[in-house]
Amino acid sequence: MLEVSGLTVEYAASRPVRAVDNVSFSVASGEFLGIVGESGCGKSTLLFAIAQLLTPPAEVTAGSVTFDGSNLVTMTQRQLSAIRWRDLSVVMQSAMNALNPVKSIGAQFADALRAHGRPSRQEVADRSAEVLRLVGIDPVHLRSYPHQLSGGMRQRAMIAMALLFTPDLVIMDEPTSALDVVAQRSLMTQIKELQASLGFAIIFVTHDMSLVSHFSDRLLVMYAGQIAEIGDTRRVFGQPLHPYSRGLLEAFPGIRGLRVPLTGIPGAPPDLSVSRAGCRFEPRCAARMPQCGTTAPDLVSRDGSDVRCLLYAGSGTEATMDAASADASTSTDASTNAGTAQ
Amino acid sequence: MKDSLARFGRAIARSRKATAGAILLAVFIVLALFPGLFARDSPTAEAYARNLGPSSAHLFGTTGLGQDIFSQAVYGTGQVLEIAFGAGLASTLIAALIGVAAAYLGGFWDGVLNLFTDVVLVIPLFPLLIVIAAYVHNSGTSVLIAVLTFTGWSYTARQLRSQALSLRGRDFLAAARVRGERAAYIITVEILPTMSSLLVAAFLTNALYDVLFASSLQFIGLGDPDSTSWGTMLYWAQSNEALQTGYYLQAIVPGACIALLGAAFALLNYAFDEIGNPALRPVRRRRARSRPLGSRRVGRLEHA
Amino acid sequence: MRYVLRRAGFFLVTLWAAVTLNFFLPRMMPGNPAVAMMGKFRGRVSGQELASLETLFGADNRQSLPVQYVHYLGDIASGNWGTSLFYFPSPVSQVIRGAIFWTLGLVGVTTILAFALGTGVGIVAAWRRGGLLDSIAPPLLVIASAIPYFWVGMMFILIFGLKLQWLPWSGGADLTATPAWTPGYLGTVLQHALLPALALLITTIGTWTLTMRNNMVTTLAEDYVRMARAKGLRPSRIMFDYAARNAVLPNLTGFAMSLGFIVGGAILIEYVFNYPGVGYMLLQAVENEDYPLMQGLFLLITVAVLVAILLADIATAVFDPRTRSAQ
Repeated sequence: MLEVSGLTVEYAASRPVRAVDNVSFSVASGEFLGIVGESGCGKSTLLFAIAQLLTPPAEVTAGSVTFDGSNLVTMTQRQLSAIRWRDLSVVMQSAMNALNPVKSIGAQFADALRAHGRPSRQEVADRSAEVLRLVGIDPVHLRSYPHQLSGGMRQRAMIAMALLFTPDLVIMDEPTSALDVVAQRSLMTQIKELQASLGFAIIFVTHDMSLVSHFSDRLLVMYAGQIAEIGDTRRVFGQPLHPYSRGLLEAFPGIRGLRVPLTGIPGAPPDLSVSRAGCRFEPRCAARMPQCGTTAPDLVSRDGSDVRCLLYAGSGTEATMDAASADASTSTDASTNAGTAQ
Repeated sequence: MKDSLARFGRAIARSRKATAGAILLAVFIVLALFPGLFARDSPTAEAYARNLGPSSAHLFGTTGLGQDIFSQAVYGTGQVLEIAFGAGLASTLIAALIGVAAAYLGGFWDGVLNLFTDVVLVIPLFPLLIVIAAYVHNSGTSVLIAVLTFTGWSYTARQLRSQALSLRGRDFLAAARVRGERAAYIITVEILPTMSSLLVAAFLTNALYDVLFASSLQFIGLGDPDSTSWGTMLYWAQSNEALQTGYYLQAIVPGACIALLGAAFALLNYAFDEIGNPALRPVRRRRARSRPLGSRRVGRLEHA
Repeated sequence: MRYVLRRAGFFLVTLWAAVTLNFFLPRMMPGNPAVAMMGKFRGRVSGQELASLETLFGADNRQSLPVQYVHYLGDIASGNWGTSLFYFPSPVSQVIRGAIFWTLGLVGVTTILAFALGTGVGIVAAWRRGGLLDSIAPPLLVIASAIPYFWVGMMFILIFGLKLQWLPWSGGADLTATPAWTPGYLGTVLQHALLPALALLITTIGTWTLTMRNNMVTTLAEDYVRMARAKGLRPSRIMFDYAARNAVLPNLTGFAMSLGFIVGGAILIEYVFNYPGVGYMLLQAVENEDYPLMQGLFLLITVAVLVAILLADIATAVFDPRTRSAQ
């Protein structure tokens, strides 16, 4: 349903910053894809790039986003408007910031409904009440202003708004980060229930790996604008391949099991305005090898996941996205083998 | 302190508007400090024929009393700058003290100071100045500075209080409090330097309005008509009916000077706005670079 | 509702402050010029009028200060603002009444126009960031706002009045015509108002445009604007309903605070164009040392500003639902 291919986003500046670097993945209908990474790794930028919501100085400089067969990157504003919200909607991090403070909730729902078609007053009222009830909010709050609702209610109202047209894909940018742990959990459960009953796909961005892994089908770990690892949640969460994924998981204590000292990941994410050779995670990697500083790893398939790490390079099939480089390295391997065989 | 100055210097150099403003201001300061280098004649000597037009002897001509306009403009710079810097600094200082104290002390004192500031703020400035100047008669520089200071601090006090309020919760202040520092110390050593760019912007705004107000007062005859200043030049031009009788430069020159000095302050101020709020910095239009696959949205920056 | 009550309370407090200031002003001035002026009244005025004047100017040494103050408050409230010196024996309130109409027309209309136009241009300039309007307008307006009001007026007189002779530049209407509600007379009124109005418009529009543009730029970066785009709303709707509606709010309160400056500008414009409004009258009163009239005009102007601010506060309450619930 959604196919992101070679997507690259740059922030224009005296030294341009490549926030998203050649990212490719796909999302199937009804799938829940979680994207995790630390602050500044480019996950929000990736989301906005997919939804074509970037603002200058950020812009898509390469790649495509194919949604239901059409490439969103090359579409005109008019074509995009037709799709927006009907097939693809967005939920943002802070509802207080994402909702217009001077309009009532109902008015903002009506805006969205009226932007696509000509519903009657009654139809608008009915549909708005219906989605609010879906998330457990009394429709009387259609008359309320954002600041009159509690944090959790606001967030749920935003989700309700995203479901007005029961879209095929809902993109969520850290919708739970502003809530307390209990509210987080209940919101996530609710989201999952809605997904089960309405059948939409979700791309869920967060920095909280343990939270999302309870609910996602697949997990994408992002680092410094690139995909570090992507695969089934159970596999990525249970046996993380990339040293970064491993580091992320080890930073969370398990509620059961032995008491182990927590290890964080030393260092800080790289400055993306400076391009360097080699793996971007190398300076902080516990498992780094000499060639990691000079050779940039490509995505490689391993045990059903794709991982970008030299630890696994050459020992499995290259990930299909990087077919060209795959040919090059396998032919090198072949000639080396041939040479030794002589 | 030193790296604040360095930061300002770099910021000014980076913005074209600020550089223009800074150069303009520097020119005026030089003129004020060394008028004799630029103007041969004494500004007050009624030595020449009246109402002459521009010539090589008199760059801008002469006034209705036979004074050289160019000299008057140059020598007048001193008084104007004195008022601008004097009243500007003084009112910024008062505004800083009251605004920051209100923000820091909070509670009852905040309420009192705030009310006081708001009341002073809404009383219309210019009519008040007119009334005071009318009673005092022939206000010299010091009177003007005093009056402008006591009436002009309120707007800035409000601004500074807002910013101080937003700083109040910050950690470095909590650290200072925990260390046991006294309120006065915290205000002067911790809070004020952090607000430095806003303070500079406030000073520039005040200076600008002080120049305009002072000139306006002198223009309507409430200043000292014998002093040499751009405002008084305009006053004499008006009494001389310069426009009606065709001696345009008598009116144009002092007005242009005021406008230029005001523009210098305003340009610098505008640049400081941009320093404080990077979103306001000029957005350069980019030509499309590597557009993917025949995209139709090339070149223009757009919002929706 | 509490917000409006609070602002009304503030209005009363500042009103009181202004009236009190008016009371103390002549008494605080060095050399006590008011007393000297009173000498000119003696012999010409008697009884009630004399008593009011003495209360106004503190020339009455028989009564203590607090008593004078109370009498003064009573006088002001009942409309007895003293007797004009220059327009003797007309009472101040009557003299002022003649001028209010002119000023309301000129300044009132122009201010609203400047606010509306400036805000509009600011919105469009910010919307098309990096466009032509956005590059020219801010620096131009920054310079424009630094030009003294009266100088713009003088230049207008020079260019449009004297040189091109397109428009009259003195007075409120044709002095030879008789004042009446006829199209002919109103025509000359309009003609005479055009230049001063333009001068006032040009000098005041700069601030509105700049602040609106800056507010818009900040607002456009907000999440709810991005959300509006995500919903697929029309650009015009986003610009007005989501961005401008929020961006204009600080401008409303700013409007209130800058009224003081607008008043100042209006006074100078009236002076330069000999426009018979309140400001012109104030300056004439100063020149004639007609202190009763001067004080009366000062009080009038201050009260007018306070009322305008109160109206702006009410408008904010109407447009911003947050003020209605909070505090």
